[in-house]
Amino acid sequence: MADLRELYQEVILEHSKAPRNYRELKAADHKAEGFNPLCGDRFTVFLEMDGESIKDIGFQGSGCAISKASASMMTQSLKGKTRNEAKELFERFHQTVTGHAQHQDSLGKLTVFAGVSEFPSRVKCATLAWHTLQAALDGKQEAISTE
Amino acid sequence: MKALIHETVAGFDIQKVRADFPILQEKANGHPLVYLDNAATSQKPRAVIDAIVRYYEQSNANIHRGVHYLSQKATDEFENARKAVQQFLHAARPSEIIFVRSATEGINLVAQTYGRAHVGAGDEIVITAMEHHSNIVPWQLLCDEKKAKLRVAPINDKGELVLEEFERLLNPRTKIVAVGHISNALGTINPLEKIIALAHAKNIPVLVDGAQAAPRVPVNVQELDCDFYVFSGHKAYGPTGIGILYGKLALLEAMPPYQGGGDMISSVTFEKTIYNKVPHKFEAGTPDMSGAVGLHAAIDYLNNLGLENITEYEHELLTYATEKVSAIPGVRLVGTAKEKAGVLSFVIEGVHPHDIGTILDQEGIAIRTGHHCAQPVMERFGIDATARASFGLYNTKEEIDELVKGIKKVQEVFG
Repeated sequence: MADLRELYQEVILEHSKAPRNYRELKAADHKAEGFNPLCGDRFTVFLEMDGESIKDIGFQGSGCAISKASASMMTQSLKGKTRNEAKELFERFHQTVTGHAQHQDSLGKLTVFAGVSEFPSRVKCATLAWHTLQAALDGKQEAISTE
Repeated sequence: MKALIHETVAGFDIQKVRADFPILQEKANGHPLVYLDNAATSQKPRAVIDAIVRYYEQSNANIHRGVHYLSQKATDEFENARKAVQQFLHAARPSEIIFVRSATEGINLVAQTYGRAHVGAGDEIVITAMEHHSNIVPWQLLCDEKKAKLRVAPINDKGELVLEEFERLLNPRTKIVAVGHISNALGTINPLEKIIALAHAKNIPVLVDGAQAAPRVPVNVQELDCDFYVFSGHKAYGPTGIGILYGKLALLEAMPPYQGGGDMISSVTFEKTIYNKVPHKFEAGTPDMSGAVGLHAAIDYLNNLGLENITEYEHELLTYATEKVSAIPGVRLVGTAKEKAGVLSFVIEGVHPHDIGTILDQEGIAIRTGHHCAQPVMERFGIDATARASFGLYNTKEEIDELVKGIKKVQEVFG
């Protein structure tokens, strides 16, 4: 049986209650909206780029503990990263939450989301902010959807 | 849960009833299954499962066209199921009962046949703010095609239809009123008699979406005087893939067909096709025979328990659950109509419904979380989603106690 505490780790609960970088960036040059129509989760991710690097990042929206904590910790881990590093990190994050990770240690703090892989119905919650980030980096205009 | 009290409530023996549903013996995540997602779909009694098996083992053949023994037997069983539905809804004639896939298909059928024939540019269709998407989108499609307008009657903070506002929306351009009998997201029972009387006073036909009502309350379409009534087999303890559209005979006869194909014709040439009479005009192609037979068994099962008994028992469950759940600090009920059935929608302060669902699931408790295919209802209450426990005839007060414990566990995790 999957362990609830593996999913709702302290750090996840803490981020869901007090999300970091939870703000609209006035200077954003990239932004995208992401939506999970199954549960109504909705986030906007704002990016301020400096060439290929993410100079600043913020998000706003509403969602479950997993999606909100994931968005919060994503913003923390991406500041100063390049576009390619961000995409590569998403790739590894996705592998971790779907249970296909090769080297979990390379994820750093984001490793706390490994418990999500035991709860397949929650994978989309964990990846919503990341999909939205990708859309923002790619300059997508339409809101992206998990479905 | 270990010591379920053996009690006879509201005219039936709940332990005997529970034993009729094989799936209730299953475990979920290591716990006895507490199935509180009946508004999404109900579980099936052994009698329904057996009827479907028996149909395939002893009766299966294509209907309405063979001269052989089995074809006649299958046809008889299919048509007997129609008669059982007729009696279940208290319709005047079996020919007023159309077999469709689901309540959704029934609404689409009416929108695409009656609707396309009667709704034109500038006309209006009136629904309510508590409808399921299945009673919104088919009308939007029709309005888009015909340049007609969808008007929405508002609901109050308890989740009740504001009847005066509804009445104000009715005018000579209103061509159809479509309204749910019981709201799937809020549990509100709509005052159908008043709604139908108001609409009929202006010669507007009324379609009733009975998906939540058919398994919960006795339905008498003649007394209601509704023009169309739809429900789904799978929410009424029957199989998936079968649903019912009731329509008044005169309306059905005047409506153009829905889909074309076999069985819905009386003669075909390349120049002209003569359509079959109702109900067959609306049943193109080989129908879901085993589904009809399974639905018949479900109706027999409900009749044996007695719809009045079921209504009373579920009302008792809902009253108990309302009391217990609303007493938990930090929990708020969404949908507190005076007339309510079957559904307890709630939110917990500081916890997203999706997280509630996952934590309850770990305790073996199945509830629905999300917008319940009623996004406008969520918007009306200024929320994204709710957690929804919905009750069936086999649920017990002990299971509600488990739900209450589960909610407290959720609050602990998020404490």
